[in-house]
Amino acid sequence: MQNSSTTPQQRPRSLSRRLRRGLAIGGVATLLLGFTAACGGGDSEADDGKVTLTVATFNEFGYEDLLKEYMDLNPDIKVVQKKTGTWEEHRDNLYTKLAAGSGLSDIEAIEGDGMPAILEESDAFADLSDPELEDRWLDWKTEAGTNADGQLIGYGTDIGPEGICYRADLFEKAGLPTDREQVASLFESWDSYFATGKEFVKAMPDTAWYDSSKGTSQAMINQLEFPFEDEDNNVVALENPEVKRVFDTVTEMQGAGLATNLDQWSNDWVAAFQKDGFATMACPGWMLGVIEGNAEGVQGWDIANAFPGGAGNWGGSFLTVPTQSEHPEEAKKLAAWLTAPEQQIKAFTAKGTFPSQQSALEDPVLLESTNDFFNNAPTGQILSDRAQAVTMQPYKGPKYADIITAFQAAILRVDEGQETPDEAWESFSADVERIG
Amino acid sequence: MTLHPPPAPAGDVTASTSPAGPPAETRPRRPRLTARQRLARWDVRLSPYLYISPFFVLFALVGIFPLVYTGYVSVHEWSLIGGKGEFVGLDNYRSVFEDRYFWGALRNTLSIFVLSSIPQVVIALALAGLLDTALRGRTWWRMSILIPFVVAPAAVTLIFGNLFGDRYGLVNAALDLVGIDAIAWHVDTLASHVAIATMVNWRWTGYNALILLAAMQAVPRDLYESAEIDGASRVRQFVSVTVPMIRPTVIFVVITSTIGGLQIFTEPRLFDNVGLGGSDRQWQTITLYLWELGWRLRNLGTAAAVAWLLFLLIVIIAIVNLVLSQRIGAGSRTRTPGRTLGRTRGGTP
Repeated sequence: MQNSSTTPQQRPRSLSRRLRRGLAIGGVATLLLGFTAACGGGDSEADDGKVTLTVATFNEFGYEDLLKEYMDLNPDIKVVQKKTGTWEEHRDNLYTKLAAGSGLSDIEAIEGDGMPAILEESDAFADLSDPELEDRWLDWKTEAGTNADGQLIGYGTDIGPEGICYRADLFEKAGLPTDREQVASLFESWDSYFATGKEFVKAMPDTAWYDSSKGTSQAMINQLEFPFEDEDNNVVALENPEVKRVFDTVTEMQGAGLATNLDQWSNDWVAAFQKDGFATMACPGWMLGVIEGNAEGVQGWDIANAFPGGAGNWGGSFLTVPTQSEHPEEAKKLAAWLTAPEQQIKAFTAKGTFPSQQSALEDPVLLESTNDFFNNAPTGQILSDRAQAVTMQPYKGPKYADIITAFQAAILRVDEGQETPDEAWESFSADVERIG
Repeated sequence: MTLHPPPAPAGDVTASTSPAGPPAETRPRRPRLTARQRLARWDVRLSPYLYISPFFVLFALVGIFPLVYTGYVSVHEWSLIGGKGEFVGLDNYRSVFEDRYFWGALRNTLSIFVLSSIPQVVIALALAGLLDTALRGRTWWRMSILIPFVVAPAAVTLIFGNLFGDRYGLVNAALDLVGIDAIAWHVDTLASHVAIATMVNWRWTGYNALILLAAMQAVPRDLYESAEIDGASRVRQFVSVTVPMIRPTVIFVVITSTIGGLQIFTEPRLFDNVGLGGSDRQWQTITLYLWELGWRLRNLGTAAAVAWLLFLLIVIIAIVNLVLSQRIGAGSRTRTPGRTLGRTRGGTP
């Protein structure tokens, strides 16, 4: 540096330059530190000594007002809710942070079909067993949240007891009965359901009988005891004659013109609600809101108090407390409070999530609730009856979700005309081998 | 660089190198540097590195480390939740190569890449050329082509998902009006690639056009004046002056769209709700395949192997692209603007 002389009168200026340089370096350091701090996540201990609990949910659990209520009841606790759109996104985040060993919320919601894989990772979750809560849930709900060693990993939130939703107006055009009681008698067994469907499509060739092969096959799979895996988690999907029977039935009915051939949840499927695309669909409690949203302005929807082949449950979630939580005791208390019958009834009123608690199923608020959109059907009573009729849940091993995805993709390939049923079964077999 | 020792300046450092010379402390000619001077010297030497270091520090943190670590994961059995297992060498790579879905994903990725990147760069170049002219309301036009880029990719995918509905979609309705049969966008492999490439192009073309436009603005205007005097048409000016002059930027755009095109994820992921790329994986790309292995089948080891294969693929294709685009550029460089114009001058009356 040629001009850096040491003449006294220049010293102050270079001092200030040094100062400036120091500030610049400090600034960069601060930025870097800030960056790392931002990645590290916030403290769970707030400044005012309150314990902060985070609750991560997906879709709609109906907890907004409940969490406020809990904070009012417990002034020393602050609850922050983290909502994600879908279970898939929520799951990706959950898995990533489980693997990383940090970053999870104090309470993490788990979707029912995802629970088997979580039970495999029981070490990462707190044991929530509590003698006081033993009889709170429906037996099969508790069972689905309990691991092989008998530890309760998840508190049950909602369930998805299934009825059949149908378009009374289209039934009338096809010459079928429209009254909910009479319709229910048509849906006693899958045979009678499909037979009625054949009658329907003969009269109304432009409208399919059910919304998607995916929904119907899922309903049928949900009635098998060991669909894809046996008790020891050996994959038996290909040897199980009942799985093959479901596959054959659904593809046969597709051939008979009963299916829309649409992928469930696709844009076309959503649009079909507005276009008289189909007349019936398997209808777990949470589906009512979906139908109401998709079929806005369409008149004639109703729900029958029946489900082919007995009863079925589709979906429903759990609340878990990861061991990563810094306040597992407080989190457990909050999770227990949120899944108590009184609170579940409030969540049901808020977002229609159907409770899984024994006493909630007899709650007058639930039993007396009706739904305008479904021709004022007593949906609370119907779904409660449907829930009571559920006797067992299919056993779901850690590979359940992967296999049912492959199973439904195979059926969709038949719907789309890409493969014959035989070819689709072949390719499904290859997929199962791959999932291993 | 000469290997000969430099001639010693008279009476300088030579004194100290001689064994008989006086001890260093008593060297008379070179005054000892003060602390401040020494600091100043370090300042000159080190400060530039310090100034550019944040990038490299960040790059090492978020670039090199993950790359190396991914390589480490790829040679182990590694469960997403359970973590590290045994060392398995190249087994993960082998199982990827043996998986038919990998090859399908490779095909889909390349197909979507070609269907998106090529039209994208060509259209962006043409658009930038148009925006570089004396258009009325230039700024408004220039800003408006960037609008698609501002829209979140997920939203783009939702909108286009509706447009490309197989049965009730708007595109098929429009095709129906002109008497073309409905296209099964979610069933037919090529149709699904076209639909996805359309979303990508819609989003990125304007962005690339703006980058190219910025480069075009820097082309000296007198070149165009001479070209015009020489009687070169607008198109001729564009091909023979503009494009060769902005060659480095074109290469930049080609490389970035290569990287982006081969890593495409959001659009195919949201093209249906399952996210595996269709019932028969018609549009499963490599990143989707990676995601399936890692987050569906919870096998991070093979997912990491796929990540490394994707990295290699990108490097290879980027190099091929670089060579190709350089050759194209070089082809026109032999006819540099001046020389081209010279020839034009000779050719036209």
